[in-house]
Amino acid sequence: MGTIEEAVRGFLWQFISDQEVEGDHDLFGSGMVNSLFAMQLVLFVEKQYGITVANEDLDYENFKSVNAIVAFIQSKQ
Amino acid sequence: MDFDLTAEQRTAQAGFRQWVEQHVVPVADANDNREQTPPDLIAKLAAPGYLGALVAKEYGGEGMDALTWGLLCEEVGRGSASLLSLLTVHGMVIQSIAKWGTAAQRARWLPVLATGETIGAFGLTEPNVGSDAKSIQSIAVAQPDGSYVLNAEKRWISFGASANLILVIAKVNEKPTGFLVERNMPGFSSEPIYGMLGFRSANIARLIMRDVIIPPENLVGKVGFGFSHIAGTALDHGRYCVGWGCVGLAQAALDASLSYSGERYQFDVTLNKHQLIQEMLAEMIVNVKAARMLNYHSAFLKDRGDPSLIMETSMAKYFASRVAAQVTNAAVQIHGANGCSSDYPVQRYYRDAKIMEIIEGSNQMQQIIIAKSGYQQHLVAKRAARRSSAIEGEGK
Repeated sequence: MGTIEEAVRGFLWQFISDQEVEGDHDLFGSGMVNSLFAMQLVLFVEKQYGITVANEDLDYENFKSVNAIVAFIQSKQ
Repeated sequence: MDFDLTAEQRTAQAGFRQWVEQHVVPVADANDNREQTPPDLIAKLAAPGYLGALVAKEYGGEGMDALTWGLLCEEVGRGSASLLSLLTVHGMVIQSIAKWGTAAQRARWLPVLATGETIGAFGLTEPNVGSDAKSIQSIAVAQPDGSYVLNAEKRWISFGASANLILVIAKVNEKPTGFLVERNMPGFSSEPIYGMLGFRSANIARLIMRDVIIPPENLVGKVGFGFSHIAGTALDHGRYCVGWGCVGLAQAALDASLSYSGERYQFDVTLNKHQLIQEMLAEMIVNVKAARMLNYHSAFLKDRGDPSLIMETSMAKYFASRVAAQVTNAAVQIHGANGCSSDYPVQRYYRDAKIMEIIEGSNQMQQIIIAKSGYQQHLVAKRAARRSSAIEGEGK
């Protein structure tokens, strides 16, 4: 079983072609992903880790980069 | 993947069908002519719990699974696309509050949405903004006391003339944000829109909000998440309903065509003995089945919470609405002049099907995201193949 970061990167790669992404790269701010990705990311996090993303989690800082997503998942576990 | 319905789902489907035959089919044309869904029909829709189908049981709803909900949308869409649009927009508000609302919002709104005491509608489209939803011009200004002052005009809002709770997307400092606007708030007004091509009994309205004070407890989610998450949740749900509703609409047109072509004589035989009619019927039958299968697939993914459900639902909506347009077109053709008259419902089906290609993201917008996604999947497959080859090479 891989790390959370590997899983997040594996999911992200489905949306960003062959681009390499630094851990703190701003995914939304750079236009690398679109608004549809935002909901797909929520579904991924919920399904993969059995957690619920809710109102109080709607913070850009939770989703903006690979590192942020990994930290968010860890904080919810 | 199991395509069999459970015993409970089959029972539910039969109940939906019977309810639609009893309460919707007999009045659908009259409501279309009158350009209104009367309150008593909305009350009838609420009585068996259909308006609360998506609300969790703890809030007084039915807690329906995705496939059963899809079956309900199909049956209601078979009876009336306009009435289906009530399930759609009401459900969009329910889903958004259930997913992104606060505990207080869920406790306040979900029980009354479940019973139909409160009717929901979704306000995104504006006079100058359709597909380019990020360019909405509705503005909400934050006040020192935590409230917002909303100035907005929304157009083509299904059941906007009936709803008393509208999920409105507006910008706060250029950031898209969702608000729950209540009909009784000072500064809110609505004007019915008549003379539409289709969805004529969807109580479509223009909504005007002039200096409406929105209390902080009516903010849905957080500032800046109105489009990506709030509208994203609502529109995904909307596409799901529309996809299923299109199957129902197309099925109604197909059923009417099978019936008519089996009874109408031309050249001493019924229409269905003519091979060119058979060709049309065969296309209709296969396309309706294919559209239904795509919707089954998105239901399967939705019940599993699979991230791919968003794209698959987009594809199901896109395909099913195209099928509805093609099948209803063929139905009018098979019916000839009769099909163009108000004596037969196929003209209503045909008009409503056109709307299905436009709502919840026009089919051109669906094509853009489907094509992009398809190319992305192609790149992912290529990369996987390259890696597989590299691993095999290392092993030799």
